[in-house]
Amino acid sequence: MLLADGRHVPDLHLEPGEVDRCRELAAQVTAPVLGFVAQHTTVAIERTVLRLLGLHGAGPRGIPQVNLVADELHRRRLLGKGAAWWLGYVMRQGARDPGAIVEAIASLPEQPAPLPPAEEAALREAVTRETRAAVAELRSRVAQRNALKAELGTGPRPHKYLIVATGNIWDDVEQARAAAQGGADIIAVIRSTAQSLLDYVPHGATTEGFGGTYATQENFRIMREALDDESRRLERYLHLTNYSSGLCMPEIAFAAAWERLDMLLNDAMYGILFRDINMKRTLCDQHFSRRICALADITINTGEDNYITTADADEAAHTVIASQFINESFAHRAGLPDRLLGLGHSFEIDPAREDTIARELAQALLVRTLFPEAPLKYMPPTKHKQGDIFFSHGYDLMADVVGWVTGQGIQLLGMMTEAMHNPSLADRYQALKGADYVYRAWRSMGDELQLKPGGMVESRAAATLHAARLLLEEVAADGLFAAIGKARFGDVARTEAGGKGLDGVVARAPGYFNPLLDELEAT
Amino acid sequence: MTARPLEPGPLVRPYGDRQDDGVVQLSFVLPIPPSERAREAAAEVARKLGLTQVLVASMEAAAERYSFFVVYGRTDVAIDLASLQVAEVVTRKKGFDELNEFSLREVGRRVVVLGACTGSDAHAVGIDAIMNMKGFAGDYGLERYPCFEAINLGAQVENVELARLAVERSADAVLVSQVVTQRDVHRDNARRLVDELERLGRRQQVLLLLGGPRIDHKLALELGYDAGFGPGTRPSTVANYIVGEVLRRMGKELHG
Repeated sequence: MLLADGRHVPDLHLEPGEVDRCRELAAQVTAPVLGFVAQHTTVAIERTVLRLLGLHGAGPRGIPQVNLVADELHRRRLLGKGAAWWLGYVMRQGARDPGAIVEAIASLPEQPAPLPPAEEAALREAVTRETRAAVAELRSRVAQRNALKAELGTGPRPHKYLIVATGNIWDDVEQARAAAQGGADIIAVIRSTAQSLLDYVPHGATTEGFGGTYATQENFRIMREALDDESRRLERYLHLTNYSSGLCMPEIAFAAAWERLDMLLNDAMYGILFRDINMKRTLCDQHFSRRICALADITINTGEDNYITTADADEAAHTVIASQFINESFAHRAGLPDRLLGLGHSFEIDPAREDTIARELAQALLVRTLFPEAPLKYMPPTKHKQGDIFFSHGYDLMADVVGWVTGQGIQLLGMMTEAMHNPSLADRYQALKGADYVYRAWRSMGDELQLKPGGMVESRAAATLHAARLLLEEVAADGLFAAIGKARFGDVARTEAGGKGLDGVVARAPGYFNPLLDELEAT
Repeated sequence: MTARPLEPGPLVRPYGDRQDDGVVQLSFVLPIPPSERAREAAAEVARKLGLTQVLVASMEAAAERYSFFVVYGRTDVAIDLASLQVAEVVTRKKGFDELNEFSLREVGRRVVVLGACTGSDAHAVGIDAIMNMKGFAGDYGLERYPCFEAINLGAQVENVELARLAVERSADAVLVSQVVTQRDVHRDNARRLVDELERLGRRQQVLLLLGGPRIDHKLALELGYDAGFGPGTRPSTVANYIVGEVLRRMGKELHG
């Protein structure tokens, strides 16, 4: 098969009926969820609208102004009308600057008087005008980013994705520049552990984090500025990515879009399964955040690789495929084209077993063949890594080989010190050197290799696809909420009413006003 | 060439390709570009570490302002094994079936084990490897053992909650996994469970095990745990240790 980037991968024969059926089932799975999403909003979605409308600052004790406003409206059960509506309401009463708006919201009467129709129409018109102006500015920032990318060009596929995770944004900048000089195409700033469970986005530049660096709009700005500079020096565009996951998916997506990030981790189910975030909350938030990604031309990375760090990679291979179909369907429903779908998967089968390469190759090629236009993000081994860095390095190179031969678009490079400590500069250097060697040495092999008909790779791929189809049949019949309740993905069970953040889900009231959503849906 | 005794002596030294050659390999980065001066700096680092016959095998630019080195050298250091103070969990193992049968008979009930990755640490990989049915490296996890009532609470479990559950379930053993270790966050967090159980007056009733990539037995003892397990620990080692300790506390022995 010839890929859009000019590379060839071995042809993998798949039953077309089976593939079509999987897509049909995934659409059945996501349709009712979108029905739910269309009737609800969340505190995070409303905070995003407020951010767009200029509430960027933080109040006393560092609480973001958007939280002060959204929480106040939520407490008074007014959020169902849309935060933008209340923003317009207090602005018509004379509140102008963010501080005054926060105060005016806090001093609303318990039952604010409704507006006469003419006032109501004027309010909506004024806020819509503001929104359109802000969205236009957002678009122009995205256009600037795309212009720089077009001017400098990007490295060849697969883009090499390297992680920095010092906890201090200034150290991250130094490490990111070094990684870029060594050949990295994408810099991911790992977030401080458990940031996903914070129901607010921290404010400002940060120098303390645990296992990573806080995702803040200011940190995004600092890193993007450094990478712009480094891109010009190296005459190669460097991508920046972060994590739109957890309780603030849409806000992170907005901050990332504004600061011209290129990619975001954004999975429809990851937060539910691995961070125990309530499913209703996540599914509403993922949709809104993906609409922002669609507007801002941000490539999403889905998190299916995580399933096989909890479940057995060999036994759970079909759950990865089923989830990818679901993630694809959710993404399409949010307006994301295939070229922005970095569907995730990984090289995680226990290396103590035999013929793991045949099975890894079958899986990676299956994903490639099912989603030919998607960039695909391939993750290196993590689960079976231990302290023997020499073995780990060899193990990572095998993942590089499979990633290359199967034409992955984004390759996260494994660290030989995975499971030990944050990557050292030397670890990144070795990972880049090894990957470059593999890509050079295996250059034409994707086109040279043919699979034995009915052989191990082909049969394994067919069996996995078949199992994925059966799982999708089940999920479509049960509904996604119930299927997650039965631990169908990642061996993790979650309930509809369980998990964090459910109290932040609000039914849209009649006349719900969200001019950002209107803009996003019109895109 | 001098004659060597056939039996290894009490002193050990690093082994390259012959007894007592003292060969060690190092790799590190210096924050300077490659140059002859940089090479000499790397050699000097090795010499200051006490190495002799230093060879800088490789010097490469890892980035514009950083050089990566691979260095070999020899050390005269010799270690007297008898002089070492070592805290180590020693378990003689029984097989899966044998352990289950023995434990159920001698303890007379299922041993209750809670497992959790505590605090803000979201990495369930360690606790899952030990607890999950599936286990790790072909070695079944504790959930698979009929002699255990094993409950995996997953990640991000608060210490207060874990202590409460340990009391409520009359847990015989609590396994705590700590993966995130930046700025020693794991130490304070691990100690908090001990404090909480002490506050509840139940510390002595519960066997406390600590595990993780940066944990060893010595550290676990320091933090007030009964045992510590480092990277690569198999579930069967933990299973044998728990049964052995529970029996010991009952005045019995696992290996009579």
